[in-house]
Amino acid sequence: MPTDRTIAVLSGKGGTGKTLVSVNLAFVAQHTTYIDCDVEEPNGHLFLKPSYVQEEVVTVGKPVVDQTLCDGCKICSKACAFNALAVIGGQLLIFEEICHSCGLCMHICPRKALTEVQKPLGIVRKGKSGSIAFLSAEMRIGESSAVPLIKALMKNKHSGLTIIDSPPGSGCLVTEAITHADFCLLVAEPTIFGAHNLAMVHELATLLGKPCAVLLNKTQQGANPSETYAKSHDLKILGSLPYDQELAHRTSEGLVASEQSEKYHQYFSQLLQEVEDASNPHSQR
Amino acid sequence: MHQILILSGKGGTGKTTVASTFIALSQAKAYADCDVDAPNLHLVMGSFEKEQKSDYFGLPKAVIDSSLCIACNRCFEVCRFDAVIPGPTYRIDLITCEGCTYCLHVCPVGAIHTQPMKVGDLKLYERGEEHFSTATLTMGSGTTGKLVSEVKKQLKSCTEETEVAILDGSPGIGCPVIASLSGVDLALMVAEPSVSAFSDLKRVITSARQLQVPVAVVVNKFDMNPTITGEIEVFCFKERIPFLGKIPYDSQVIASLNKGENLACLNTPASNAIKRIYDKTLQVWKERVQQ
Ligand code: SF4
Ligand code: SF4
Ligand code: SF4
Ligand code: SF4
Repeated sequence: MPTDRTIAVLSGKGGTGKTLVSVNLAFVAQHTTYIDCDVEEPNGHLFLKPSYVQEEVVTVGKPVVDQTLCDGCKICSKACAFNALAVIGGQLLIFEEICHSCGLCMHICPRKALTEVQKPLGIVRKGKSGSIAFLSAEMRIGESSAVPLIKALMKNKHSGLTIIDSPPGSGCLVTEAITHADFCLLVAEPTIFGAHNLAMVHELATLLGKPCAVLLNKTQQGANPSETYAKSHDLKILGSLPYDQELAHRTSEGLVASEQSEKYHQYFSQLLQEVEDASNPHSQR
Repeated sequence: MHQILILSGKGGTGKTTVASTFIALSQAKAYADCDVDAPNLHLVMGSFEKEQKSDYFGLPKAVIDSSLCIACNRCFEVCRFDAVIPGPTYRIDLITCEGCTYCLHVCPVGAIHTQPMKVGDLKLYERGEEHFSTATLTMGSGTTGKLVSEVKKQLKSCTEETEVAILDGSPGIGCPVIASLSGVDLALMVAEPSVSAFSDLKRVITSARQLQVPVAVVVNKFDMNPTITGEIEVFCFKERIPFLGKIPYDSQVIASLNKGENLACLNTPASNAIKRIYDKTLQVWKERVQQ
């Protein structure tokens, strides 16, 4: 089934099996694009083991001052909304880590003492894992905002089926990642934490107007607060993946379950089909 | 306030479980949940006598007065965050706007002003002498790092200088983690034995070291992959990082968490391991503080 669709795999928190689900969906789909948007801690490459064809340093502009032109008038430091500039003893200091690269200070300096210099923020890597196009990015440690990296990743999005392995949480990075998705698959664990996190990403997806459904992961005997949440909020449950020590072990080794086992190949193929059906705007049943 | 922070690099490794057990064991009078993106600690801390809630405002965001806008496109040209939406009259997407005010400075007709935006709730709970500081972020707002600092500030304001506070950290290595690490005496990293969690662990240790925060490591669900657990131990040894113990996978943990029980009152393999780790953590912390 040729689909031109972008599926984001989300979870309120890390460690719920988001990467596991994303890489397996990509593996059974083949001829697809996998994008690892967890730029703070990318893990997809540990599973899909791509051969890289291209690396590209992503930069962001940061101001630098020419002290011979600057007269310490403080116009820029008063204007910077992020307090990234300060005039101390007549000298302009620039705190790069908190600069958001908005460009305002360079625009308003009356003496043209500020110029923009590109500084590295991280690396975008493009590769291939069999027929899967692989994209990931890694933020330089110590940087504060990786949003431009996600933007750079998304620029490389091709047509066809795309699986986005989203960053954890529900903050700015996740928002940026799912803005580009047509459908969100929410992965949830069977704990009260899991249910709480599920509620958060559900709210976020709803806020951004993205259709979504849930996959219950690590299910076991006993109560499943995530399932209860989904049922009471009319959130479609696309499947459940029982806790399996064998699967946990394979995953911890960085192996792709559907490559290793026929059972999981079938499981994820079916899940992919379900996701494609659920995300198809023309087949809303 | 002395701060012990529980961190994980990767989420879902049992950070909150360890933190809540530590709080119960230490009878800490001050604790906080720094994971404002997805706070979970309140789910297992029982009920509180008092709750104090205050609005948290982020940077004011830009708003366009459509009756003034002449659609000159200047704001669109300068906004680097794709927050300006062109049209017959221009609009600003409040989710993406970062409040930098560049657009304000270029609008020729003064159609843009800023407006304060509530981006979250700061919460302070009280029970006897206990103080619990936490927060929730309004969906889609991105000022996480600053809100973490507010959570810590709020806790500090009601904590004695000598008291030990336990902080449940946030996942990742970005702005919220940097904010949770600042001023901390010891960061205890809860890792899982998997290639991905190990890779995250190394990254978060690098962040902590850049901020000169001492670290220690434990492995949760170590029996899921004893080989990688061993590799983590070797890594810690080589890097001179105190390795404080291993927690086995324990199916009773999920059941008791779902019942809202604290592991400190259980007698199971996992809870006993956490108790031993707690003692060692205190030792390491004391050595650090005395230095
Ligand atoms: S606005 Fe220009 S001249 Fe004034 S303090 Fe800033 S850099 Fe210096
Ligand atoms: S680019 Fe923007 S955030 Fe950075 S220093 Fe200048 S005004 Fe401040
Ligand atoms: S305040 Fe800054 S981010 Fe917001 S719309 Fe204006 S230029 Fe864009
Ligand atoms: S700069 Fe001012 S007048 Fe021009 S499009 Fe923007 S809001 Fe309208």
